[in-house]
Amino acid sequence: MKKLLLPGLLMSSLALTAVYAAEEPNADAYREMTYGDRDANPALLVVDRGEELFKEKRGPKNVSMEECDFGLGKGVVKGVYAELPRYFQDTDRVQDLESRMITCMTTIQGFDEAELKKKTYANEKSNEDNTDLEAIAVYIASQSDGMKINPPTAHPKEQEIIKVGEALFYHRTGPLDFSCASCHGADKKRIRLQNLGNFSKAGHDAQKAIGGWPTYRVSHAAVRTMQHRIWDCEGQMRLPDTEYGAPLSVALIAYLTAQAKDGAYVLPGMSR
Amino acid sequence: MASVKLKAKALEGGLVEVKALMTHPMETGLRKDSAGELVPAHYITEVVVTANDKEVLKTNWGGSVSKNPYLAFNYKGAVGDKVKLTWKDNKDATDSAELTVE
Repeated sequence: MKKLLLPGLLMSSLALTAVYAAEEPNADAYREMTYGDRDANPALLVVDRGEELFKEKRGPKNVSMEECDFGLGKGVVKGVYAELPRYFQDTDRVQDLESRMITCMTTIQGFDEAELKKKTYANEKSNEDNTDLEAIAVYIASQSDGMKINPPTAHPKEQEIIKVGEALFYHRTGPLDFSCASCHGADKKRIRLQNLGNFSKAGHDAQKAIGGWPTYRVSHAAVRTMQHRIWDCEGQMRLPDTEYGAPLSVALIAYLTAQAKDGAYVLPGMSR
Repeated sequence: MASVKLKAKALEGGLVEVKALMTHPMETGLRKDSAGELVPAHYITEVVVTANDKEVLKTNWGGSVSKNPYLAFNYKGAVGDKVKLTWKDNKDATDSAELTVE
């Protein structure tokens, strides 16, 4: 009897494994249970801090960021993130939210650019609180909560940067010969249980990723912005640090946002 | 900046739902900094919530609670209640927030 039991057990456990492996790992149910309550998002605390920083008179010129134009006119924050990245006449280039913030903080508030870029992201390994840049970015982005992802594409430079971003997305580089598409170019890929969005095609995956960013990363205990996302991905590809607001990251963000067009912003987001 | 974000709303059945986020580093005392030195413990030890000055919830917390903690619970109450949340940490710092239930 004993001899028979063991193979029987082995067989059934093998069969179980096969059943589980065949199923798509679905973290959505887990996410709903843990982060389903939007009031539970600690990013809301950072949004409040960002609002204070935004409205405070700061910098050598002692002016508030309400003097800035994020694309919909001076002082407008409602809905601006939904229509970024976009072309700005004064800088003659396409800018995402964060590169635009740097423009505003240097030209209007008088901050030193190199000084601003010295400390862009909170270091989660040191349990740091979000930097001022991260707090201001998530405040502005959250003013587009519930809106449609709608980056403008009428200007030739906007069309150009989306093409450049697409080329970068497929460009293999670095010591591991990686491109963004190595991980994000096919359906249903994942690292462990983490699903990897397929951003090579427009629609659902890109909409979900772009629409929920900036997000409170629970594992970082901090808000993370799109600039951080790109910087972190480039780091995982073993590439040198991507400068905050660099043309490379803006181009990739422009491409991803174009792929996410017509999705919805649910901000601030919350993720693992 | 206020460190507490407090929300409360009346539910059906004579209940009030309270939700609160607290800004706090919640250092466990076990983490080391880049120089290898232990970072001193710094966490909330007590959260007290009162409704019309009557205690409806009291918790004892420690270093295992996450950074920027979230607390949600229901109590028997009604519209018009004055809800107040106060936290205290192991360095004797404290902060509070209050509101009237709508």
